[in-house]
Amino acid sequence: MTWVNSVIHGILLGGVYALLATGLSLMFGVMRIINLAHGSLALLGAYMAFLLVEHAHISAYLALVPVLPGALVVGYLLQRTMLERSLRAGVLVPLLTTFGLLIVIGNLLQEFFSPDVHSLNPGSIGPAAWRITSRLSIPAFDALILGIAILVLGILQLVLTRTQIGRELRATAADPDAAELVGVDSRAVYARATAIAVATAALAGVFFAMRSTFDPTAGPTQLIYAFEAVVIGGMGSLWGTLAGGIVLGVSQTVGAQINPQYFALAGHVVFLAVLVARTILESGGLRVRLGLRRVAT
Amino acid sequence: MTAVAAPAPTARVERWTWLSGGFTAALAGLIGLLAFGPVLWSQNALNNLIQLYFLVVLAVMWNALAGYGGLVSVGQQAFIGIGAYAVVFLSLQHSLEPYLAMLIATLIGAAVSIPVAAVVLWLRGGAFAIGTWVVAEAFAILVSLDPNPAIGGGTGTSALIPFNTRYTPTQRLNYTYWASLGTAAVLLAILFVLLRSRLGASLQAIRDDEGAAASVGVRVLLGKGVLFVLAGGGCAAAGALILAWQLSIQPLGPDSIFGVNWSAKMIFMVLVGGLGTFEGPIIGAIVLYLLQTYVSSSGVWYFVMLGGIAIGFALLLPRGIWGTIQERFNVQLLPVGYRLRGRS
Amino acid sequence: MSVILSVDGLAARHGLLQAVRDVSLEVAEGETVAIVGANGAGKTTLLRSIAGAHRPSGGRIVFDGEDVTRLPAHRRVKRGIALVPEGRRLFPELTVEENLRVAAGVRRPGRWDVDAVLEAFPLLRPLRHKRAASLSGGEQQATAIGRALMSNPRLLLLDEVSLGLAPVVVDGVYRSLAGLIEGGATILLVEQDLSRALGVADRVVCMLEGRFVLEGTPAELTRERVMEAYFGFRRSAA
Repeated sequence: MTWVNSVIHGILLGGVYALLATGLSLMFGVMRIINLAHGSLALLGAYMAFLLVEHAHISAYLALVPVLPGALVVGYLLQRTMLERSLRAGVLVPLLTTFGLLIVIGNLLQEFFSPDVHSLNPGSIGPAAWRITSRLSIPAFDALILGIAILVLGILQLVLTRTQIGRELRATAADPDAAELVGVDSRAVYARATAIAVATAALAGVFFAMRSTFDPTAGPTQLIYAFEAVVIGGMGSLWGTLAGGIVLGVSQTVGAQINPQYFALAGHVVFLAVLVARTILESGGLRVRLGLRRVAT
Repeated sequence: MTAVAAPAPTARVERWTWLSGGFTAALAGLIGLLAFGPVLWSQNALNNLIQLYFLVVLAVMWNALAGYGGLVSVGQQAFIGIGAYAVVFLSLQHSLEPYLAMLIATLIGAAVSIPVAAVVLWLRGGAFAIGTWVVAEAFAILVSLDPNPAIGGGTGTSALIPFNTRYTPTQRLNYTYWASLGTAAVLLAILFVLLRSRLGASLQAIRDDEGAAASVGVRVLLGKGVLFVLAGGGCAAAGALILAWQLSIQPLGPDSIFGVNWSAKMIFMVLVGGLGTFEGPIIGAIVLYLLQTYVSSSGVWYFVMLGGIAIGFALLLPRGIWGTIQERFNVQLLPVGYRLRGRS
Repeated sequence: MSVILSVDGLAARHGLLQAVRDVSLEVAEGETVAIVGANGAGKTTLLRSIAGAHRPSGGRIVFDGEDVTRLPAHRRVKRGIALVPEGRRLFPELTVEENLRVAAGVRRPGRWDVDAVLEAFPLLRPLRHKRAASLSGGEQQATAIGRALMSNPRLLLLDEVSLGLAPVVVDGVYRSLAGLIEGGATILLVEQDLSRALGVADRVVCMLEGRFVLEGTPAELTRERVMEAYFGFRRSAA
């Protein structure tokens, strides 16, 4: 595979990550929660689709019809039962409870589905590709995913800017107390945000499952990739998440081009580098940050 | 009218109470008693107790980060793995005496934690959590890619040879027992001294309100850095002990020496025992140890249960067992705080 | 005139401090009541408790015949209570229009909508699509009042609208308030500027350390009496 090819594949891979990361970015933007179970919820969506495909003999695309509304409900309930209380209890607690949820989901999946690797059939589009030159081809399915990611992000952005629900969401994100004072039910807003987040996660999970294999331990990996995409792109910005996903995807595929085993590692390295660079730039200097200067009283 | 003179101060600031003095003495005595373990108890019991001791180490270290520093790390397994692999590397490759290698591994863990701190300590909250996790994953991958036969790459390695050529299995058991008991005791002592020092007070301040603490001159980043290095060394020590106990390790997967399940266990122990208390993590370790020994030591339902209990505690009993007792009865067994005593 | 708000024996804490102690108050429809007092007297806590943003530790709040003591803030807005919070608390990244329209979500019937607000506060018209964070203090105050009006409240609560604003700007704010009062609005306002309060209110209540210590019409109260109540001076026998 040529370098150009791997970059293109990386950009397309970025679409997958962007779709996965959308929910994480949304929950952080609105509630300042980093849902450590996000990847696991995406995986859960994939497994639910898998169940439907195996037992109802429908295509994976059709399986989305029940899975997505189901995910909306799961997200809504998750917020009203667990995350709402976690938010009230302090800043550390949502991390601890979502981590606990990650462990629970991952192990339940392992119990019910065995550690075996599975995959969902993407249909005839799966192996399709556009041949540009003899050494350059663009996989159609990956392009589809990128297209869907852009569509979802676009719709979300429109909802946020043009609808009342979106205004309420942005207002609650900025100042939940003031939002309550103008009649916005902040708890319902949070629940809607989580519902959307889990639904996009499930969507991403199903497409991820069609694109490659999955097993019960895939949750944490997907969480890490989603998070890296969000951080690289700048937390709290939806289009930034797309950019971050693409940067991550390209880092990974280019790394894999050097050595197939460097795939994930390349992503981690870029992520950490962006982190350090951003902190240095934002803090205005290392001296201040290292605490070498006492704050004058 | 004459002004009323201000009454002479009658309150005294104390650190020790009868209860805490007695308890600390009892704890020292207990450690002394436990040291006679190899003479008193069966091999099976010793094997189990070693697990308890390194669980205590892990719980105390994670609590130091999260409870005293407000740093929720999901990546301490990075140092567990570093500690374990350092021992293998030093004893296998360089034929170093294993227990000496374990000591050096602890120092290596502490040393590695410094550049890691430089990268992650700027992060807050969830970003810090995942950042540390990414670091752990990166280390795991690096180790799995290492071509060195002593490291063993993705399939893992074992310290069987360095231990078995020097010691009988009984000797390894006994020495590992003392090493783990000693490590737990020493780390508890270090933390105890640390918390009673000025650093301890400033850590408390950081935990309560970082901004306010910084404005009175508390070096926030330095305080967190000290905790991170301590935790790095401590977790590396635990990793070394785990290696001495189980002998073979692998780098990849949630159950591996670099696996996220270690974080799951640490979070469980500290949440159940009591975040931010001194005694809490010890209690949490005991609870986990009991669950492990008498319920099931592995398997998916076990972890589902752990996760569920952790969530339950976080939501319903966020102060943990000891934290709740401490709050209810205002008791403190180990004197890390101050008490005001005076005539009312 | 019928009583629209009845506060009975209200108590509220602010952290460890008892900010409101045993406060009882009645506001009739169409009345303008001003609460004055020094900083820390408990005025904001009282207002927030009435609006539902603060949980009282005791007492009752009855609005339009309904006990709303346990009702969350967003439901009270639906019932017709709107608070213009201290410090304005606009949503910084939303435009003026978006700030207004968020508050319209409760869909209470009434004459206030975006156009009506822009007519009442003409200075906002050119700022319609500007980010709230980029507005001046006076513009923000106008937007905040307009935002509260968007829910067509029956009771308007105003917390320190003159805070941090130049006198000329405050003049403008109070002119708009006068317009609202003329229109029959029921207003309960907290104000540190004594003359403004005396100038606009039908009744003035003075609060000190969580309690009402003085009450009366502007005609009944002299500045001296209010100052005494304000600071809690008690002239002991010389």
